[in-house]
Amino acid sequence: MSSVLYDTPGPRAKRRNILYSVVFLVAAAAVAWWVLSQLSDKNQLDWEKWKPFFTDSRSWTTYLWPGLENTLKAAAISMVIALPLGAFFGIARLSDHLSVRIPSTAVVEFFRAIPVLILMIFANAAYSQFSNLSSDERPLYAVVTGLVLYNSSVLAEVVRSGIQALPKGQSEAAYAIGLRKGQTMRSILLPQSVTAMLPAIVSQLVVILKDTALGSIITYPELLAAIRPMSAAYGANTIACFTIVAVIYVIVNFTLTTFASWLEKRLRRGKKSTGAVLSAAPTPDGAAV
Amino acid sequence: MFDFLEGYDLLGAFWVTVQLTALSAVGSLIWGTLLAGMRVGPVPLLRGFGTAYVNVVRNIPLVVIIVFTSLGLYQTLGVSLGSDIVNTTNFRLAVLGLVAYTSAFVCEALRSGINTVPVGQAEAARALGLSFGQVLTLVVLPQAFRSVVGPLTSVLIALTKNTTVASAIGVAEAAALMKDMIENEAQLILISAVFAFGFVCLTLPTGLILGWVGKKAAVKR
Repeated sequence: MSSVLYDTPGPRAKRRNILYSVVFLVAAAAVAWWVLSQLSDKNQLDWEKWKPFFTDSRSWTTYLWPGLENTLKAAAISMVIALPLGAFFGIARLSDHLSVRIPSTAVVEFFRAIPVLILMIFANAAYSQFSNLSSDERPLYAVVTGLVLYNSSVLAEVVRSGIQALPKGQSEAAYAIGLRKGQTMRSILLPQSVTAMLPAIVSQLVVILKDTALGSIITYPELLAAIRPMSAAYGANTIACFTIVAVIYVIVNFTLTTFASWLEKRLRRGKKSTGAVLSAAPTPDGAAV
Repeated sequence: MFDFLEGYDLLGAFWVTVQLTALSAVGSLIWGTLLAGMRVGPVPLLRGFGTAYVNVVRNIPLVVIIVFTSLGLYQTLGVSLGSDIVNTTNFRLAVLGLVAYTSAFVCEALRSGINTVPVGQAEAARALGLSFGQVLTLVVLPQAFRSVVGPLTSVLIALTKNTTVASAIGVAEAAALMKDMIENEAQLILISAVFAFGFVCLTLPTGLILGWVGKKAAVKR
């Protein structure tokens, strides 16, 4: 147990570490005590408020599952649409033709600079003005539109840097055996960069999943939106509801994050790969590539 | 053409956005640095806390955190952060939520920055007899900060965009005003274009200026 930043603790350092641990524990216990006493003052710790999630299956079938289902549905649809669109823009940004490169760069940079929520609010209003979608369907369309516009431009950057991360020899060798630019991209660069991009793409899935929660602001009935009716039905158990919802989000996203970093490690180890692997390191909005 | 803007405080709304961004940026820089210090430090308990905090917080959607600060902290537990005015409370709660969320990413960015500092630097510092705190604050962190200006800029830009989420708890920032205007005015495309332009104005220069700063600041190795 040592790191380059500090020596292996000797007797004095060990004593000091224990002291710090105790101080931290006391502080944490004080905070926990304050929180718990506040909670019990407001009756949020009553078993009545937590019971529904363990004994009443309707809390899951009526509120949580449908919410989670809608969350996953919006995320899945967005990913499926955003991925090819992102690949298109990413490759377009690498084009040799200015007339292709400049517009696609402008589109990508524009949508990356705008908050997803703004895109969703716009899409929601636009669908209600210019289309005849029913008001039940509209929020899903708006959420997916917002997520696709934003994430396809982020994925475009992932694709672009995935291709650029490949060794130059790959495309040079392809040109040397007489492949055209399109052929080089299709049969040499893209297949190799897809493996390089996989961890970053899985990480982006986490970002998309989290951003579906923005849908609750435009009345999309996803997991977060399930809290209000749920806490109303079970006697204002706000804290319990938030805890359960947060735990669900953490489980789903933590699984994906762990999968992404496992994938990254595995790909970096792989003998067949070119060694070019994009990092799966999570960013607040996936924009850092 | 732009007469639909009359009667709306567009600059005021964006000013709230800027305030949210600036306050949360400072807060999350401080809390994120502390977290990073815990995560690389010698005390196992603090390391565990830092890791747990980062892994939990960055996997919860920001909206859930922000809405929780209002529904959970304020309305259920009565935490009003020292203000009687609802609007001020909401603003402070939003900053609290943004800091809690963003600092997890600041911590991770810093930690990867610490990894870029050559091993010899910390080894030399330890050989001089510096303690962990001194190694971190005098030798490693100053170099780490210079190499993470780029990643931290991405975090700052994401934070700027994330402030729109504060509209979920009724903070009168840009996204809230946009929703308001869309409901009351007819020019949907123009209104959206104005707000999109506003955010481009906030984020693009940040990226360009700090990108340049990052290049200047980076330790040449």
